[in-house]
Amino acid sequence: MKYGVNEQGYYGDFGGAYIPEMLYPNVEELRQQYLNIINGDEFRAEFNQLLKDYVGRPSPLYHAKRYSEKYGANIFFKREDLNHTGSHKINNAIGQILLAKRLGKKRIIAETGAGQHGVATATVCALMGIECVVYMGEIDMARQAPNVSRMKMLGAKVVPAVSGSKTLKDATNEALRDWIGNPVDTHYIIGSVVGPYPYPDMVARFQSVISFETKKQLLEHTGNELPQYVMACVGGGSNAMGMFYHFLDDEQVKLVAVEAAGKGVDSGHSAATTFLGKEGVLHGSRTILMQTDDGQVVEPYSISAGLDYPGIGPQHAHLYKINRAQYVSVTDDEALQAGLLCCQLEGIIPAIETAHALAQLEKMKFDKADNVVICISGRGDKDLDTYIKYFGY
Amino acid sequence: MVYGLSTKYNSSIDYGLWTIDKINMNRLNKLFSTKKDNLLSIYYTAGYPEINTTLDIAEALEKAGVDFLEVGFPYSDPVADGPTIQHSSEKALENGMTLNLLFDQLADLRKRVTIPILLMGYANPMIQYGVERFCKKAAEVGVDGVIVPDLPMYEYETLYAGYFKANGLSNIFLVTPQTSEDRIRKIDELSNSFIYLLSSSSITGGNLQVSVNIEDYYKRIKAMQLKNPEIIGFGISDNKSFSKACEYAAGAIVGSAFVKLLGTKGYLEKIDEFVKGIRP
Ligand SMILES: Cc1ncc(COP(=O)(O)O)c(C=O)c1O
Repeated sequence: MKYGVNEQGYYGDFGGAYIPEMLYPNVEELRQQYLNIINGDEFRAEFNQLLKDYVGRPSPLYHAKRYSEKYGANIFFKREDLNHTGSHKINNAIGQILLAKRLGKKRIIAETGAGQHGVATATVCALMGIECVVYMGEIDMARQAPNVSRMKMLGAKVVPAVSGSKTLKDATNEALRDWIGNPVDTHYIIGSVVGPYPYPDMVARFQSVISFETKKQLLEHTGNELPQYVMACVGGGSNAMGMFYHFLDDEQVKLVAVEAAGKGVDSGHSAATTFLGKEGVLHGSRTILMQTDDGQVVEPYSISAGLDYPGIGPQHAHLYKINRAQYVSVTDDEALQAGLLCCQLEGIIPAIETAHALAQLEKMKFDKADNVVICISGRGDKDLDTYIKYFGY
Repeated sequence: MVYGLSTKYNSSIDYGLWTIDKINMNRLNKLFSTKKDNLLSIYYTAGYPEINTTLDIAEALEKAGVDFLEVGFPYSDPVADGPTIQHSSEKALENGMTLNLLFDQLADLRKRVTIPILLMGYANPMIQYGVERFCKKAAEVGVDGVIVPDLPMYEYETLYAGYFKANGLSNIFLVTPQTSEDRIRKIDELSNSFIYLLSSSSITGGNLQVSVNIEDYYKRIKAMQLKNPEIIGFGISDNKSFSKACEYAAGAIVGSAFVKLLGTKGYLEKIDEFVKGIRP
């Protein structure tokens, strides 16, 4: 793959494994084994079986007629919201738990922002009977309370991250600290295409099922497996990378990645990484991140916990830098309005993360014949409180 | 550019040569060539608890007999640190500490302090400052070495080792009980002052655990007959843990326990007593 990772774990200038020695044995073990394991016949059979019977894949590609009318193009929703546990995060969690089992790990840790990855991880741990600890920022625990309860019901221990901005970045720090202290029996299921190599590549592979299915489904719908546009929201970037993956080498397909602008890119309360960030190192990889001139990480802000992260995965940083994908941003207000519109036009309550991708439709200029696929990364049940507060329902 | 990194520095380094010329000059090597055991090093975070006492603390530590110092430059996301050093970093940043300011403070370093000094911190602030500029500046103010736990060996070798070499700075690598023998050999080869031995895989601020396994680990390292001396760090907090560490290594480093002292009133006056408590 032209845009794939090289042997040293780099995508152009981005990637690598900037980790302290304490994490080296675990990360190195993964690096040496992940491809052999996940390309094995027996692994693939089990992975595919679980995606089918347990997750409910393939997820539908739905031709959104009223959206198509409104925006003057053929708009398709790739329905990751219909997956078991309600988002794309389960694809990666299933893949990593099967990997962890084959590595002989006895304990799973994870970080979570919106709680969707935490729920997905707690779910697969319940499924496999493995101990699960999820780190979650204290602020996120409050704004995504239903997911905290779900994780607990599923048997996971939820540990609040109380340092820094008390959100996703800090939950990731705490998970890394846990992993340092448990160097032998624990696997860290990272929830996005971030972290030291091989995580960005591994998570992208597990999520690539999204675009793999989309191509086949689009062929059935339109007679052509290639659309003009593929769109997705970006926190760390896993649903976007899964949605882009099998289209990367089809250069005529335009890729649009939507970041969270929070209260506005220049408001000082934003998570629009490519607009506000510079190259640097965060959570084990060289990427683009929001930081001061002194190299201190800037606390991001977005109403959406899943997008409230100061970096993006290294492959996104690369696609941005070489212009293979377009990176845009959408404010809290625009996203919430778009979320409500989706309820009213299509009868689908999207996650606020997803609503960012939907909001970008307002700013696009399509031709009537354009086929546009947008990743509906998750459902909005977890966000009802936020929607209700905002719209006063 | 073999791997697609924008390589500013090409790595055909003769480590043998390096050991002979530049590094002989540095204070760390002089120290390790004259003193082989019971070495005591202290870590503290620059800018904590007050912004302008970096050199006062260094001076007091030298007077108290400490052999070398590690001065931390704070980072917002210190993943290898426990609560004590996290807190000191947060406070230091609130107090306004930056790398620019730290280098300004260190301008008078060699007028006031003679023992070796290492800077310790995370990769991102150093990369933002510019690694070449960082190395030049560090050498200029009289710093002898650098410890950056999240700067990987591969990137160090391919991108940055030349800057360290040109400025006579030692780069210190960490080793844990899980580090493989091959890797330890490689680290020994890349090192030119000492190897930082962790008593267990942990973040800073834990307690030194000495179990049968750990004894085996220390013995395994000793048997490897590395060219560099080992210093044990993480979890050394008192005379007991210090003495234990010195049974296996050339010395030990105290971090969190000292940073806790800095959080108390009248800390400058208490430094002498603290150090004597660790190594009478
Ligand atoms: C529904 C949904 N979409 C998107 C995201 C953002 O993550 P990523 O960018 O990795 O897809 C999250 C994260 O929690 C999420 O829950």
